[in-house]
Amino acid sequence: MTTTTLAVLVPLLPFLGAAAGLLLGRTAPGFVRPLAVLPTLASLVLAALVAARQGGGRAVDAATELTPTGSVPIELALHIDGFAALVAVLVGVVATCVQIYSTGYLRDDPRYPSYAALVSLFTSAMLLVVYSGDLMVLLVGWEIMGICSYFLVGHYWETPEARAASLKAFLVTKLGDVPFLIGLFALATDAGSFRITKVLGAVASGALDHPTLIALLLLAGVAGKSAQFPLHTWLPDAMAGPTPVSALIHAATMVAAGVYFIARLLPLFEASQAAMAVLAVMAAVTMVGSALAALAQDDIKRVLAYSTIGQLGYMTGALAAGDRGAAVFHLLTHGAFKALLFLAAGVIIHAAGTNSLAAMSRMRNLRDRVPDAYWTMTVALLALAAIPPFSGFFSKESVLGAAEHAATGHTEHAPGAAGWTVLVAGLLTAVLTAAYAMRLWLLAFRGRGAEAPDHGRQPVAMNAALWVLAIPSLALGGLAFRLLPDWFDGGDLAPTLTTSVLGTGVALVGGIVTYAAWRHTTALAARVPLGAVAAHPEGDAALVEAEAIASHKPAYGDVAYAPDPSDPGRLLLGPLHRHAAVGFHLDAVYTALFVRPVRAGASLVRFLDREVVDTYVRGAGTLPRWLGAAVRRAQTGNVQTYVSALLAGTVVLAVAVVLVATGA
Amino acid sequence: MHLAYPAVLSALLFCTGLYGVLARRNAILVLMSVELMLNAVNLNLVAFDVWLSKAAEETLHSGQALTLFTIAIAAAEIGIGLAIVLAVYRNRGTSDIDKLRDTAEGHEPDGPDTDAPATGPAAEKAEATA
Repeated sequence: MTTTTLAVLVPLLPFLGAAAGLLLGRTAPGFVRPLAVLPTLASLVLAALVAARQGGGRAVDAATELTPTGSVPIELALHIDGFAALVAVLVGVVATCVQIYSTGYLRDDPRYPSYAALVSLFTSAMLLVVYSGDLMVLLVGWEIMGICSYFLVGHYWETPEARAASLKAFLVTKLGDVPFLIGLFALATDAGSFRITKVLGAVASGALDHPTLIALLLLAGVAGKSAQFPLHTWLPDAMAGPTPVSALIHAATMVAAGVYFIARLLPLFEASQAAMAVLAVMAAVTMVGSALAALAQDDIKRVLAYSTIGQLGYMTGALAAGDRGAAVFHLLTHGAFKALLFLAAGVIIHAAGTNSLAAMSRMRNLRDRVPDAYWTMTVALLALAAIPPFSGFFSKESVLGAAEHAATGHTEHAPGAAGWTVLVAGLLTAVLTAAYAMRLWLLAFRGRGAEAPDHGRQPVAMNAALWVLAIPSLALGGLAFRLLPDWFDGGDLAPTLTTSVLGTGVALVGGIVTYAAWRHTTALAARVPLGAVAAHPEGDAALVEAEAIASHKPAYGDVAYAPDPSDPGRLLLGPLHRHAAVGFHLDAVYTALFVRPVRAGASLVRFLDREVVDTYVRGAGTLPRWLGAAVRRAQTGNVQTYVSALLAGTVVLAVAVVLVATGA
Repeated sequence: MHLAYPAVLSALLFCTGLYGVLARRNAILVLMSVELMLNAVNLNLVAFDVWLSKAAEETLHSGQALTLFTIAIAAAEIGIGLAIVLAVYRNRGTSDIDKLRDTAEGHEPDGPDTDAPATGPAAEKAEATA
């Protein structure tokens, strides 16, 4: 088979698997698991084959036009360069791990068939985004991911949190998608094509009339999808979905799509200095803010969610510094270790029966209950904190190196100020990242108090997925940083001495300070008893998690916050803790800015409709009603009266006809 | 025979029938009046057919054929009509057209001369049809 055929099959197989899963889910439950895992696995193999054949050489381009669509043609096009080939492999790996993990995680879930089918559809949409060479076809995958995330985040739709979170995820990403669509149209009008190659050609020849406007419009969609400030608020709430979905959304798909999109069209963004500056500021605010918020969260998954936002900030920072190689490198390593973190967090939530770090810090020996999750999560947290030689170190250093290059004026298109912004914010975030990673590890695995409950071994499928992902988390960065430049633009990704020393140094400082704070506060834990665990600890992991999420607010007063004085984050953040726990009140700001005006507008419209418009309608109806009542009085029920009236009418008509005919 | 004789006769018959339909109270007499009107039309058809066929070279006598149709249909119609009258009489105990006012607007009582037991089933039937 040619490379093109293989590449077409990569997104097609999970799509067919999803369709078959949805159709057969009820009638043939035995086929659901194979139908979920095998197409994804097959598309992983094919994606690896495509990557091997492409080999970082010339981009594979293929296009076919199904039908003429008017002014700007829309083509089914593939554009597979090194970025696309490698990101597709990452998507395949993470999606396969998530599907295997889900067979254990949602073992007894009655809605597993539709869940697995939606995960397959999600994977297929992401692969479509990755391989597509036409912006309109890319948008199709982009929007399918949006609707799939709505369904998957709302998987536990019995709980009000999940319903609200799924709606929020959908609406906030759509808020970005509207300017994104307009931006695509403007871009196609200027460039005369939706094909990525032609668009980039038009950018290179300077044919774009409004590069800044287009770049900013596209940036809004990217901010929504990739959860960048100020459209990131949907992502922490999306934790109400099952853990494997969080892993899929946060690691390889959905949030990665935005960064990947900018990486593909980076020359377009570089054509506008303003867009690069906005990108840098957005990345810096996102990084620092999310890292502070992560330090204050009580829900283990919300810590990871804010950490995802921060790591995506690193990627957009690298893009603002004009180095897409570093951005996609970090995307790859982050995809591996963040998927691992989420899947391990799912195991821990199942074992502990709670998602609250405060409750976990009061459990002894939790790490002995879940040794696999303990070791793999330690690896992933070290990678997240960018400690050498774990994979996160190399990718984060390449981002910081790119920022330093831009700051010292060695990068052609990126403004120096953007480089400095990203560099300073990146180093600050490195401290905070190490701090919250350390806090998560200490609270989850170094708890003191009652013995952790024993629910037996975790399913093999779940532990196997963890170890598979632990390998790239450990080794991908070190093995790949020499090879990747051949696949990417050729820029050097090796860590430089200055940034390595600086980055590792601040990370160690962050970790040690947190450890010291924890030693100081942990004695308080015994004095304040806390901890509510799920009502059905013997159920499957999905049930335990749904109950843990639903009970967090009644138990602690908030989904993100627990009144725990032994939390080292509370000591480190001081007065900032209260604000960081609620995401710096951004939700409240949105409530005041958007939700309340919309609700007030809705009640005004309701008043106008009910009281004003309806009054006119009722008034208009009154006269015909009276007339009708008058006419109805002729309806006496006596048939002979009717016939008499008929006869009279006939006579009148006959006389009239005779008169007209005789001309009188 | 001049055309005027049958034409006048049929007009008289028709007017008699019309008067019966409009004025008689008994449903059976109303049906009989309808038959009178139909037969007046039949008479007209036959008379005019003969009058027209005198002038024509050749004719199909369509008027007379139509008369046969009318007679057949009238027979069927009177059968159904009498069956309805019978059913109404069995239900209501009367075949007085003035008292069969179920289709009146607002289901009002039939009038001052209606006795109480007659309104009961009428109202029930009205509800059933509503």
